[in-house]
Amino acid sequence: MALRKTGYLTKEELMNLNLYPSEKRFKKGPVAIIECIEEIPCNPCEVACKFKAIKIGKPITNIPILDESLCIGCGLCIAKCPGLAIFTIDKTYSDEEGLISFPYEYLPLPITDSIVEAVNREGKVVSSGKVIKVLNIKSFDRTPVVTIAIPKEKLDEVRGIKRLKSKDSK
Amino acid sequence: MIKKEVVVIGGGPSGLSAAVEAAKKGAEVLVVDENLRAGGQLFKQIHKFFGSSAHQAGVRGIDIASELLEEARECGVEVWLNSAVVGLFKEKKVTIKKTLADNSEKLEIIQAKKIVIAAGASENAVRFKGWTLPGVIGAGAAQTMINVNRVLPGKRILMIGSGNVGLIVSYQLLQAGAEVVGVVEAAPQIGGYGVHAAKIRRAGIPIYTSHTILEAKGVKGVEEAVICEVNDKWQPIKGTEKVFKVDTITIAAGLKPLIELAMMHDCKCSFIPQLGGWVPLHDENMESTNPGIYLVGDVTGVEEANTALEEGRLAGTAIAEALKYISLEDAGKLKKEIWHRLNELRMGPFGEARMLAKNNILTACKI
Amino acid sequence: MSEKPGQNFINERRVFKYMRVNDHIILGKDERKEMVEIKVNDKTIQAKKGEMIIAALIANGIKVNRYTVKKKEPRGIFCGIGQCTDCIMTVNGKPNVRTCVTPVEDGMIIDTQYGVGRKE
Repeated sequence: MALRKTGYLTKEELMNLNLYPSEKRFKKGPVAIIECIEEIPCNPCEVACKFKAIKIGKPITNIPILDESLCIGCGLCIAKCPGLAIFTIDKTYSDEEGLISFPYEYLPLPITDSIVEAVNREGKVVSSGKVIKVLNIKSFDRTPVVTIAIPKEKLDEVRGIKRLKSKDSK
Repeated sequence: MIKKEVVVIGGGPSGLSAAVEAAKKGAEVLVVDENLRAGGQLFKQIHKFFGSSAHQAGVRGIDIASELLEEARECGVEVWLNSAVVGLFKEKKVTIKKTLADNSEKLEIIQAKKIVIAAGASENAVRFKGWTLPGVIGAGAAQTMINVNRVLPGKRILMIGSGNVGLIVSYQLLQAGAEVVGVVEAAPQIGGYGVHAAKIRRAGIPIYTSHTILEAKGVKGVEEAVICEVNDKWQPIKGTEKVFKVDTITIAAGLKPLIELAMMHDCKCSFIPQLGGWVPLHDENMESTNPGIYLVGDVTGVEEANTALEEGRLAGTAIAEALKYISLEDAGKLKKEIWHRLNELRMGPFGEARMLAKNNILTACKI
Repeated sequence: MSEKPGQNFINERRVFKYMRVNDHIILGKDERKEMVEIKVNDKTIQAKKGEMIIAALIANGIKVNRYTVKKKEPRGIFCGIGQCTDCIMTVNGKPNVRTCVTPVEDGMIIDTQYGVGRKE
């Protein structure tokens, strides 16, 4: 598996494993994507979903399966995943743009309405984006969730932003 | 000579949970730890743990530590800090060097009925030219510096080793404000979880598989690191050298159990590389080949905090049973549940080798 | 700037500002405000009350703790938890003190240790 060598997944790998939401589902509104494909004993995501859209069952090494018909893309699961492997994507945001929400555990946090550099799974900047929301509520237990708006065609690639430099650093 | 019913050597997750289980059932328990604060390695683990949500998955190690310390206090567990166990003599005599408030030292000897050795493990070194330069440190040391001492050991860091420790500490170094120039892995594939690797790849850190560290260069400290590719026989390939300007090289090359005390009291040991090297044998009660001496946590094989917590609970329950604070029946039920959780934590491709190794230990102990 | 053997002098004042992790997304802000003064190789530096000696040294850019006996090579922290003794220094005249597990005290005198630190 390429993941063992490169350290990142590709959309194709996820689709081959049936772990990517269908385009039909994307047209309906925001939906979660769980980029977790290894058998590790772990199930906080299953418990986190109020709509029971995430299934692991027993044994807890099962790969989490998202039921896209039950998922409403609320994003509550994003902060619960210890592996920081869950994202939500909204391809219906506007004609040109879509939204991606991702966990971001760094300081400084991005500021709403600022322009940021969006990176793909390899950490390469592939687009610029605008910060729509930064949520750092108590129930997230210090895993802030950032939402950015980017060109629609980048939504299957972008999984984060380039880390912001603090004012203390060189 | 002081007499205590149960002495737990080491106040990390396995020792504390053993103490709590035994104390909850009525035993008199003393935990002895050489540090200024109990909690073992938990206070460095600022990330959320994996595992079963029914058992604290999704909770940060630091919070599990605080809860455990609180629980120990509530159960009446006595804790001696700043107290190093310097010897374990027959039969079950624990020799402790206590450092008092005025920095003087006092030797105490305790006669125990049951002993739990929860001494943990220590980091391995990887030797390469220049490895003794200031700036070459263990990955665990870097983690202690940033998460406990709140200082950066350096600004530009090269990580050696892509197991979970290497990947997680690389991530935490970024969180603390350092730059990690890359992760070097001698094997052709990444050692740790894919999700950990994915986090640092997203952050732009390259992972160089099939590479090894050749040299650390510098005068009074690390100034440069040289890595190179290795072939399928793990030998350096000439001409593939890459040079990085760094001030720190962190080594995440595994840990080895600290078995000295177990050996002092004649606990039989076996060499099991999958668990970190020489490990003392134990049965399903976590009891060693020496009756009354129990072993828990990383000292019995390097695993994770979750398994350490469960092994501690197992030993604590077994000790309560042996001291007749609970019935055989009740103990049997509790131990069965704990074993179920332990087996669950060792499932999957990452736990396979450990599961097999631990089963071999149980078998070997019966012989 | 001339350097005496064992004296660790960092030219950049900037380095002190970001060697401490003052704010952190998970650990929060460093609330420790109380400072003490310690002397390292005759130079007075500020340390946070109760922190490990090694932390105060690193925060002030000091990375060499000792020099080895035979080859006089510089050594610094390695394991960080009191196991390896690479970080030992002479503290208040007492040699072989593990700076990674020993907290600072106001007025402490810390010297780079040369070899086994025999008292002069």
